[in-house]
Amino acid sequence: MTASMATPSPAQLRELALTEEEYHHAVRQLGRVPNQLELGMLGALWSEHCSYKTSRRLLSQLSSKGPQVVVGPGENAGVVDLGDGLLCCFKIESHNHPSAIEPVQGAATGVGGILRDVFAMGARPVALLDALRFGDLGDAAQRHRFAKVVEGVGYYGNCIGVPTVGGETYFDATYQGNCLVNAMCVGLVTAPRLLHAVARGVGNPVLLVGADTGRDGIHGATFASVQLDEGAEERRPAVQVGNPFLEKCLMEACLELAGSSALVGLQDCGAAGLTSSCAEMARRGGVGIRLDLDQVARRELGMTPYEVMLSESQERMVLVVERGRVEEVRAVFDRWELRSDVVGEVISAEELQISSEGEMVARLPLPVLVDGFLPRRPRSSRPKEVERDLGAPPLTAGVPWTLEEAWLRLLASPNCADASWIYRQYDHQVGDDTVVLPGRDAAVVRLRGRPDGLAITVDGAHRSSLLDPRRGAQLAVAEAVRNLACLGARPLALTNCLNFGDPDREEVMWQLEEAVAGLAEACRQLALPVVSGNVSLYNDLSGASIPPTPVVGVVGLVDDVRHLPGPGFVAPGDLIYLVGGEGAGLGGSELQRLLGERVLGPPPGLDLELERRAAEAVRQLVTERAARSAHDCSLGGLAVALAECCVAGSLGAVVRLADGPPPPDGGLGLLFGEGSGRYLLSVEPGDGGRTEEVCSRWGVPCARVGEVGGGSVEVVGLAQIPLAAAAEARLQGIAGAMAGPVL
Amino acid sequence: MTWRCGIAVFPGTWSERDCAHWVELAGGEPVMLWHAERELKGADLVILPGGFAHGDYLRTGAIARFAPLMAAVRDHALAGGPVLGICNGFQILCEAQLLPGALLRNSCLQFRCQSTHLRVEVTRGPFLSGLEAGRVLEMPISHGEGRYYAPPDQLLELEAHGQVALRYCGPSGELGEEYNPNGSLQHIAGVMNREGNVLGMMPHPERACEPLLGSEDGLHLLRAALAVVGAS
Repeated sequence: MTASMATPSPAQLRELALTEEEYHHAVRQLGRVPNQLELGMLGALWSEHCSYKTSRRLLSQLSSKGPQVVVGPGENAGVVDLGDGLLCCFKIESHNHPSAIEPVQGAATGVGGILRDVFAMGARPVALLDALRFGDLGDAAQRHRFAKVVEGVGYYGNCIGVPTVGGETYFDATYQGNCLVNAMCVGLVTAPRLLHAVARGVGNPVLLVGADTGRDGIHGATFASVQLDEGAEERRPAVQVGNPFLEKCLMEACLELAGSSALVGLQDCGAAGLTSSCAEMARRGGVGIRLDLDQVARRELGMTPYEVMLSESQERMVLVVERGRVEEVRAVFDRWELRSDVVGEVISAEELQISSEGEMVARLPLPVLVDGFLPRRPRSSRPKEVERDLGAPPLTAGVPWTLEEAWLRLLASPNCADASWIYRQYDHQVGDDTVVLPGRDAAVVRLRGRPDGLAITVDGAHRSSLLDPRRGAQLAVAEAVRNLACLGARPLALTNCLNFGDPDREEVMWQLEEAVAGLAEACRQLALPVVSGNVSLYNDLSGASIPPTPVVGVVGLVDDVRHLPGPGFVAPGDLIYLVGGEGAGLGGSELQRLLGERVLGPPPGLDLELERRAAEAVRQLVTERAARSAHDCSLGGLAVALAECCVAGSLGAVVRLADGPPPPDGGLGLLFGEGSGRYLLSVEPGDGGRTEEVCSRWGVPCARVGEVGGGSVEVVGLAQIPLAAAAEARLQGIAGAMAGPVL
Repeated sequence: MTWRCGIAVFPGTWSERDCAHWVELAGGEPVMLWHAERELKGADLVILPGGFAHGDYLRTGAIARFAPLMAAVRDHALAGGPVLGICNGFQILCEAQLLPGALLRNSCLQFRCQSTHLRVEVTRGPFLSGLEAGRVLEMPISHGEGRYYAPPDQLLELEAHGQVALRYCGPSGELGEEYNPNGSLQHIAGVMNREGNVLGMMPHPERACEPLLGSEDGLHLLRAALAVVGAS
């Protein structure tokens, strides 16, 4: 062993994202002073990114139970059973910090990482989705960041040949300092080919395959676990560079091996590189691993053991292979012209032992390295002004626009507008299985040889979660369930990405606690097991935190991919029904945001039980093909949803929301108020009775509000906009903003 | 009897499985051809599918053209055998000089994945002989480098010899910049060699092979080719 060093200085510890308390905790557990390499390994694995030391106790509230769940959290990705031996594997993950520093590569490697998580389970990735947050597109720097992140997501997915089928994007000045880039991947695997990230069998060789190991991405995990600051640009070397071509070959080789009994376990080298993949695989198997760093292929000369162990070079996987079968495994990688090296072996002692140049340079017990971190429980408190702001009227000043102007401005808001500027840069069709393309409530990917298909959506909390993070998280889950219901899909399970600020700020910790509690409650009530997830904290810049942004990805099943309703109205004379909840408001609404107002007023109401029943009713109407179109009311309220249905179907509509004179707010709340559990359905005149009957059976409010037809979108007595103007506004929302110069 | 359609697989190819699905729907038998091999395994026609062969390093198709398999593809093409290059496959055929011209970065400087309309310009050769001139087909594109370019004199020659096979157009066959997704010269979406047996196109017919995927127009190309193969 190399000599132990003297107690490191606070500055040295900070570089490793360790506190003095954690250092002493390590010394106590080890019974000795760790050397610098060991300290680096501990710092990486004890970082928030790897250990979830702050969020873990909260995450235990999330239930992963359900008859459909095959693998819950704790592996590379969650797995649910689709029946007939087919499994679906999926996860969402963030790559926020790297994307803020180097948007193309940050976003690209985010996609690369989530793909590896899925094919590490033996599953072939069949769909990617992204959830993005940026500041205001009026700002050239934000346009640049947005354009480059989209380029990066597209670059990786397009090159590797996995379709990016959907996503959601939200722009708000509160994300000015920290963009959010969450990527979700969904894969399919038959039961016998499912792989696990586990090391087993003393004496079995450990292989490192794929890219050579370089100095890129060192401290990536610790970088993700501290705030960005003014010097963040200097962290650029902590951002990795992606090679989707190499990953494509790696993916094909791993999938070729997935059915082989020669393979014991497989894990990707993600955050904290070799250290975390070896430590976690061994810990799961109750064994240890001895690594000989001299066998690790390097990209650069003169790399130290420290650099090799903490490198986050992309496109690498760690394999544990049955003894005596190395050559047949290596033959597959050779065929794909990929490097594969035996770099270690499984040992019985539950330790990670690292040797270099014939000398043992690190030796850490796995219970300490993986689970020995100090759980953190930062203080939390609800900011005092929250109570006051929740009770405040949503609009502090008058609205300077007519209802028609407000309506068109909302349609042209990048948060409501047509997103084709984004998804036309993504290959969304490779694979020949995308039967509902991006731009809809949810994407649908068919399952070969079966009538059913996967419906997939990602949804995140919006501004209203700032005042009520619990409600915000619940609204995100409810919206995902609604999006699936619009296509007639039953939700199966959920993955989540919790994007928050610095948990050492009391209000952020409160937000996190509230949001996780809300997520747990919503998932319980809507019977959605949580099978995988990721936590991204420290999304701050110079002391300003992002608003609490839980993002959820939900996968569901549609019964028959040949009969899916569109989002748009289908024929003049069809009846329009408003199904679901009432009591929408302007607190935290998109209208409030457009007016430049702070987040004020109560967030949209939510009755999870009603939400569940409304989804059942809509699902039944869609599946029975009574509903010819279905769309949920989201940002911008009923008026925006109505215009979207009209534009998608190139048909006008006349709707009556209330009798008598306009309400005191002039109709703003009726038109643009945001509530939960609401859908707009169109049905043939003959199916009106059936629609009312199904809704009444589920105990869901259902009102016939109008008819399809005409050349304009009209809410009688309140506002009327020409169909062409609505279409143009939607089309220009993002594309028009991006026509401006980028920085 | 079913006709064998060889589908080339380079490291980085990604539409080989889509092509196999398309071939099966058209009544052919797909056979995968690995880039490092030198024979076509009895294939009656050869498809070079879409993807990023060899990572598109250096230039799209620039490395793939040196694959051992490409020697066999060349022999097959020069003997008059049908060869279809789709997207990256078109780029490889240009690099291999089995087709004239080059594919440059889209004029918008962005990747484009969208539905396009294509006008059938000539009806000779195995892939287009079953169609009538002026027919409009619908199929998607998915590329970052699809802007067709050839020097002016070569372009004139292409037109003169009826080698411009497909052009981007509007829904009723009208030409216009608004229908040209990548800035291709003369709206060119596909070209063939002078003999007509080698066709390269940027759009993806293998993604337009079922009503469920939005269009079945891609089947026409393959059915025509399989009929020609069957007759010869």
